[in-house]
Amino acid sequence: MSSSAALSTGPSPAPRYVEDVIRVAVILTMFWGIAAFTVGVVIAAQLVWPQLSFDSEYITFGRLRPLHTSAAVFAFGGTALIGTAFHVVQRTCRARLFGGAPLGWFVLLGYQFFIVIAATGYLLGITQSKEYAEPEWYADLWLTVVWVAYLIAYLGTVLKREEPHIYVANWFYLAFIITIAMLHIVNNLAMPVSIVGTKSYGAWSGVQDAMIQWWYGHNAVGFFLTAAFLGMMYYYIPKAANRPVYSYRLSIVHFWSLVFMYIWAGPHHLHYTSLPDWAQTLGMVFSVMLWMPSWGGMINGLMTLSGAWDKLRTDPGLRFSVTAVGFYGMSTFEGPVMSIKAVNSLSHYTDWTIGHVHSGALGWVAFIVFGTMYYLVPKMWNRPAMWSTRLIGWHYWIATIGIVLYITAMWVSGIMQGLMWRAYDELGFLQYSFVETVAAMKPFYAIRLLGGVFFLTGGLIMAYNMWRTIRGEPVAAAARPRPALAA
Amino acid sequence: MPTKIEKDTVSGQDTTGHEWDGVKELNTPLPTWWVYTFYATIAFAVVYCALYPSWPWLTGHTQGMLGYSSRTELSVALQAQTNARAKFVDKIRATSLTDIRKDPELFNFALAGGRSAFQTNCLQCHGAGGAGSTGFPNLVDDDWIWGGSIDQIYTTIEHGIRNTDDKSRQSMMPRFGVDGLLTGTQIAAVTDYVLSLSGRGKATPEGAKVWQDQCVACHKADGKGNQELGAPNLTDGIWLYGGDRDSIYRTIFYARNGSMPAWGARLDDATMKMLAIYVHSLGGGR
Repeated sequence: MSSSAALSTGPSPAPRYVEDVIRVAVILTMFWGIAAFTVGVVIAAQLVWPQLSFDSEYITFGRLRPLHTSAAVFAFGGTALIGTAFHVVQRTCRARLFGGAPLGWFVLLGYQFFIVIAATGYLLGITQSKEYAEPEWYADLWLTVVWVAYLIAYLGTVLKREEPHIYVANWFYLAFIITIAMLHIVNNLAMPVSIVGTKSYGAWSGVQDAMIQWWYGHNAVGFFLTAAFLGMMYYYIPKAANRPVYSYRLSIVHFWSLVFMYIWAGPHHLHYTSLPDWAQTLGMVFSVMLWMPSWGGMINGLMTLSGAWDKLRTDPGLRFSVTAVGFYGMSTFEGPVMSIKAVNSLSHYTDWTIGHVHSGALGWVAFIVFGTMYYLVPKMWNRPAMWSTRLIGWHYWIATIGIVLYITAMWVSGIMQGLMWRAYDELGFLQYSFVETVAAMKPFYAIRLLGGVFFLTGGLIMAYNMWRTIRGEPVAAAARPRPALAA
Repeated sequence: MPTKIEKDTVSGQDTTGHEWDGVKELNTPLPTWWVYTFYATIAFAVVYCALYPSWPWLTGHTQGMLGYSSRTELSVALQAQTNARAKFVDKIRATSLTDIRKDPELFNFALAGGRSAFQTNCLQCHGAGGAGSTGFPNLVDDDWIWGGSIDQIYTTIEHGIRNTDDKSRQSMMPRFGVDGLLTGTQIAAVTDYVLSLSGRGKATPEGAKVWQDQCVACHKADGKGNQELGAPNLTDGIWLYGGDRDSIYRTIFYARNGSMPAWGARLDDATMKMLAIYVHSLGGGR
């Protein structure tokens, strides 16, 4: 694909990049995205109509829920990260991927194999029962091998780079790869019952187990869903906007403060539990201090648009990325607020948390992936543009409405749930039973389902548009008159 | 090396002189509001750590100037709640169930407390409104298996039914089919007899004989049951395990013998009194 590499204005001729792996990663990302959104819609429907599990243990909420979260975070998000990491690192280092196509294929396909053995295990009831770390020991071991290969490919490319400096996007991708390796290995230390059995027992127990689990869990958010996608943002937004990054100094300061502080924030998942108070305090104050380091990324993402804001009207793909940064800013403000113990005592264990996660997962992660894919697909398949800009606009508005329905429903339902749990009547007795709070949430579950259906519909529109683009539909289709959707 | 520092015409800032695949960076200083807000959150963290338990060392941790502990916070909150209710709760403890009902203020408090305790402990089986479901008695009607007086209800709550509590209510209907006490034909015949008790169909002489031999000891000759033994009334059309022919047949064949926990092991006397008053008030209390 030397033709797209020729967009580089670097001084020396571009090397031949490994790109087939990236093309396949793009398609797999879209596949997993649709899968994750679909399972999400199914379990949202099950919360409205519990009989939708049809008395089959394989499709109960308890098994489909980890299928949904793993499909969204690890399959959709992870595959997008592997594909874009290989794209970004080669271009910003002006070097062919270390290990070449064979290592690239091993990482991508090995990771897909991990997803498949993990996901099928969930449906069969095989789980460690650790949130976001459900896969059992054999899947964990395999992922470790793949992840080390990923690190070798990435770091090797950085080390043999032709550019004198390492671009900021690479700092973020590298922090993500290294930290996830550490988190994954420590949290999943376990002893299998038998070499031919699926069951294992974890190395940690009691409150230490809980602490390590949430050290892992929160930094899966911090390094997988935040740092890595910031890496994506730092390359694709300046490329799509064709503007320089707003502030190099801000990128340094917010990178180091973000990675330093995130790693401490896990205990805020264990407020008011048997976790010692001192650890809860540290988890809370580091979460509060994370606010500005997180917003550094938002400022750099949004301000890079200065001088190019008009592009939002004509490039709905870029509009996805910029909206993503907006949702990122909102979620990274909401997160520190929710980590404050007084707020957490209301929000914890309620739907508010679910809403918070989805403003991050749908608004930030999925939207930055969509924006990136709309940029990447024409580049990777050497097309002048996406087949239909108009359909990107439709996707944008349908998905945005879906997110808004989702998170507002969860805010209302979560805060109501928290308030009902703690409501006392005038004589000092608890006012509501648990089941009354569940009944009160039902309408909001229905609204959430509707939001999910919107989001899935948008994803299907995107898949269709991608398919037409990749098939190489006549340019005429892409050049149809485009109404100004932003107007 | 920064080789090509340029001035960006839009922002007026210099670039850093680096370039990667066409991407450049501006050397914009840190936004002042960002820096000061960051400092403010750090200052907040320092102050908060000084006030609350925070930094650990090998054998302990800083206690914080406020002497805070979440265990203390919880026990203080629980105590405050207990104290706020103490005036009435103490009175309930000292007053008989009959007398509580004569004191409107106390009765009102007991109803609220009973409702709250019911919602936490009872509705899982008996339903939010006490209407029950198959196998879990309806507490809203006036059909009582173990008696519907307020004292009988209290005893049922305190000791439960068919559990390991010494004073648990005990009785056991035989498994007429499983244990071969009756043949299938006999069970079918007595099923018809039981149906006839609530005016459905006609009993056969064979059914009447089985009824006389096996059932009247507990359910009485007229089928109206015996609350001393927890033998349900079979004439009133209210069925715990279903009143259709098939359900009654299976009840006789397998027996049911449902169980209820002894709440005396978990709830204090005042709470059980309030529960008894609440359940009694649901509609069917005698």
